Amino acid sequence: MSWTPEIAMIAALLIPLAGGVFVGLLGKYPNLREGATLTAAVLLALNVAYLVSVTGARPELIYEIGSTGLSFGLKLEPLGALFAAVASGLWIVNSLYSIGYMRGNKEKHQTRFFVFFTIAIACAMGVALASNLLTMFLFYEALTLSTYPLVAHKGDDKARRGAAIYLAILLGTSIGLLLPAIIATQFIAGSTDFTVGGLLNGEASPLVASVLLVLFAFGIGKAALMPVHPWLPNAMVAPTPVSALLHAVAVVKAGVFAILKVSTYIFGPELIESAPASDWLAWIAAISIVLASIIAMSSNNLKRRLAFSTVSQLSYVTLGAMIAAPLALLGAALQIVMHAWGKITLFMCAGAIYTASKKTEISDMRGLGRLMPWTFGAFAVGAFAIIGLPPFGGMWPKLYLMMGAASTGQLALIGALILSSILNVAYLLPIPGRGFFDPAPKEALKQRGPLLVVLPPVMTAAGVTVLFFLIGPLTEFLAPVFGVEL
Amino acid sequence: MEFLASLIPPSLSAHAPAVIVVTPLLMAAVAALMPNGRLGWAVTLISTVFAALLALSLIVEVQSAGVISYAMGGWAPPAGIEFRIDALNAVLLLVIAALGLLSVIYALPSVADEIAEDRQALFYSAFLVCFAGLVGVAITGDAFNMFVFLEISSISTYVLVGMGANHDRRALTAAYNYLVLGTIGATFFVIGVGFLYMATGTLNMADMASRLPDLSDSRVVQAAFAFIIVGLGLKAAMFPLHLWLPNAYAYAPNFVTSFLASTATKVAFYTLVRFLFDVFWPEAPFVAVSFLWVFAILGIVGMIVASVQAVFQDDARRLLAFSSVAQVGYMMLGLGIGTAAGVSAGMLHLVNHAMMKGALFMALGAFAIRFGIRRISDLNGFAQSMPFTSIAFTIAGLSLVGVPMTVGFWSKWYLGVAALENGWWWAVAALILSSLIALAYVARMLAAIWVAEPHHDKAGAIAHARAPWLMLGPLWVLAIANIWFFFQPDFLVSLTNAAAQAALSGATR
Repeated sequence: MSWTPEIAMIAALLIPLAGGVFVGLLGKYPNLREGATLTAAVLLALNVAYLVSVTGARPELIYEIGSTGLSFGLKLEPLGALFAAVASGLWIVNSLYSIGYMRGNKEKHQTRFFVFFTIAIACAMGVALASNLLTMFLFYEALTLSTYPLVAHKGDDKARRGAAIYLAILLGTSIGLLLPAIIATQFIAGSTDFTVGGLLNGEASPLVASVLLVLFAFGIGKAALMPVHPWLPNAMVAPTPVSALLHAVAVVKAGVFAILKVSTYIFGPELIESAPASDWLAWIAAISIVLASIIAMSSNNLKRRLAFSTVSQLSYVTLGAMIAAPLALLGAALQIVMHAWGKITLFMCAGAIYTASKKTEISDMRGLGRLMPWTFGAFAVGAFAIIGLPPFGGMWPKLYLMMGAASTGQLALIGALILSSILNVAYLLPIPGRGFFDPAPKEALKQRGPLLVVLPPVMTAAGVTVLFFLIGPLTEFLAPVFGVEL
Repeated sequence: MEFLASLIPPSLSAHAPAVIVVTPLLMAAVAALMPNGRLGWAVTLISTVFAALLALSLIVEVQSAGVISYAMGGWAPPAGIEFRIDALNAVLLLVIAALGLLSVIYALPSVADEIAEDRQALFYSAFLVCFAGLVGVAITGDAFNMFVFLEISSISTYVLVGMGANHDRRALTAAYNYLVLGTIGATFFVIGVGFLYMATGTLNMADMASRLPDLSDSRVVQAAFAFIIVGLGLKAAMFPLHLWLPNAYAYAPNFVTSFLASTATKVAFYTLVRFLFDVFWPEAPFVAVSFLWVFAILGIVGMIVASVQAVFQDDARRLLAFSSVAQVGYMMLGLGIGTAAGVSAGMLHLVNHAMMKGALFMALGAFAIRFGIRRISDLNGFAQSMPFTSIAFTIAGLSLVGVPMTVGFWSKWYLGVAALENGWWWAVAALILSSLIALAYVARMLAAIWVAEPHHDKAGAIAHARAPWLMLGPLWVLAIANIWFFFQPDFLVSLTNAAAQAALSGATR
């Protein structure tokens, strides 16, 4: 039996789950257990690489549920392949990092942690490959539930409270807003399949489309559009590897990916442009971008600052989806990739600093860069990428987003993007700046940063630099989806 | 199904409508004479297996023949009593037979634990009477006969609920409340039937239906309608006539609760459908107005208010009982939509709810038999103490919320679609709101089971236990059914669609 795209799609779901089973079985032997996680991560990445190579064939698998007109299905298309590639690729790096972090900080319940991590990755793959809204919804909810034990990992009252808010907002918005939108879509269009050109295009009036667009934009709470963002800063009670992979990559990107997929395949750019709500939502996204940056600037806790930075950066994607010009959509898709690499670097650095020095407040980190040059160096690179400076990958999405906004004449939005970049400089760069240029602190580090904690951020920092030069193949891969002329 | 139905010989299946009611009634007397609980249970099990087989053969026959009319004692209707089975009450028969059988299997360890040894045989006897009454209500085609069966089932239910007093004395007041309200309901119903008899001169429902359209201006008929709706509404625990239900479910023996929750209110709901569509007719002005202003509105208010009440309960079974009131609201909403799609959705939820609530109460009973739990905080950490029961409980709980991959999703889906086809978007909004509240109260229990720290014994170890196999078996059958019928919905949907067709076509005859 040869490895077909259909099998590979199923395998993308099963490999992490099988990994989870082995992790659970090998719980008593930490080294073998971590071996299982890493094996699963590598196999998944290989499998996804294969999927990326066969994306052109658009393979699909559909299960019709009786004669109810609903179905579950998996279908491979470029956006999903991209998201799967980002999540699975960074899972390898993050697994190395998790091992170093969890051991370095002597965390409890490590088996449970690694098991739920694998389940979360499987759910993220499901979101990436879903062929219709119903399937996506299912994996989306499963992703929320499977990350709950990770957020509440510490088990103290603070962790439980944060996790409860996390769960309440994500489940509440998805059931209260997203599900009705899906039901309405099914009712209007007779299906919820992701369709090139937009399923609702020509089926729904601009008014109906506006209502649905609002329901989707806020119902997909993982995209953290203000005011449904509070779950994200509250989820920072989780151990840092969780914040790094899930709340900078898999979970939040599942959210903005869903937004992008819905706007591209359910509405289609034409319908979005004709719907008045898209303008308002673009402005809400722009306000989210600026407001979250300002909040980020005012918080002294490093992870909280990064969380609000994430809220801000996620709204770039929503903004691009709402502008709905080809270049803006391309920018939004690229933002998913570039921000993932940049932000995971920053989070992993934050965890590395914590592991080595137990410091969480930015004001305590002065001069620390002299003791931890690699970590702070990686942090600086990640910060440059988030700000959007060349030669780091983060530049491209901002460029395309601005070009997209310019192509529809929404110049004020360009202003918001520029303002946000300036704010990024103001709240990110002082951290490595003071780390390197202030005098070193008197007390020594609690421990040297373990190799597995320091190496991964350096790897992703290198990655985000490489991505700057890989823009050609990336746009070539994505351009057909959005009809961008190259 | 056909194979099981073929086990009944033709000479017997010709009289199946009579035998299915009479057998449990006669066996009730036999069970009462049994010297101990185990033998009483054996008698009960044999009778319910037999009844289930008969029910299957009836359902198979209805599917091929359409309608079965059986003249009791050979006295031809309308003068004699007619048992009449069509696609509508075939669904009920299926639910009562399946849930009755599963509950009885479950009963042995549960009853042995909760009921005093010398009363167990009598307890089973009362159960068989109740079972016979419910089956009788479902299949009779005679309005007064329906009253009789309703009272047979109700009076035996008061006894069954009161038996919980062995464990908790509050069962006595719960049973007494239930008795008072149930009797009021029965009285209202029989007054309504009496009025109809006065106006039409017949007690046969089909016969009534053919005479009523000429009498639509009659005050007597209109009053009869009002009396019947209130009476049956009380039996069905339609909000705000549900006050008897929470305590009755909370303090009855576990086995009784899981059986009643999945059958008793369902049968009363069926009688409502039967009267609204088949005896009366939906085009009559006083019937038409009741769809929106009685059933849909009260259904929605019940869906939301009872769900909110459920969130604030501390007793796990009371929580589920309030949830049951809310679920009756869903069915009432389906009824209130009044179209074939709406009635079908209501009937579908009837079947689905029997599956999920049956499983949930069974799981609580399994928890109770090992750890004597009552309160939600007692459930802390049960995922580690009783993992198999906990998983089944979780599946049924998610189904109650209506999560996709469980059968509860289809209930809400079809209700929502039926409401939208009517242009009732506000009903969909209420549906979603109520599902969110359901999520809140189910999450409270699931959080206790899965997240909270487990109870430790003195040595510091987590207490482990497994429910008896006779409890786990039926529980898991229902839990798997909750998932199975999500992926294979056609069987149930075609059954309930046929039921709705039967109900609505009766209206136009």
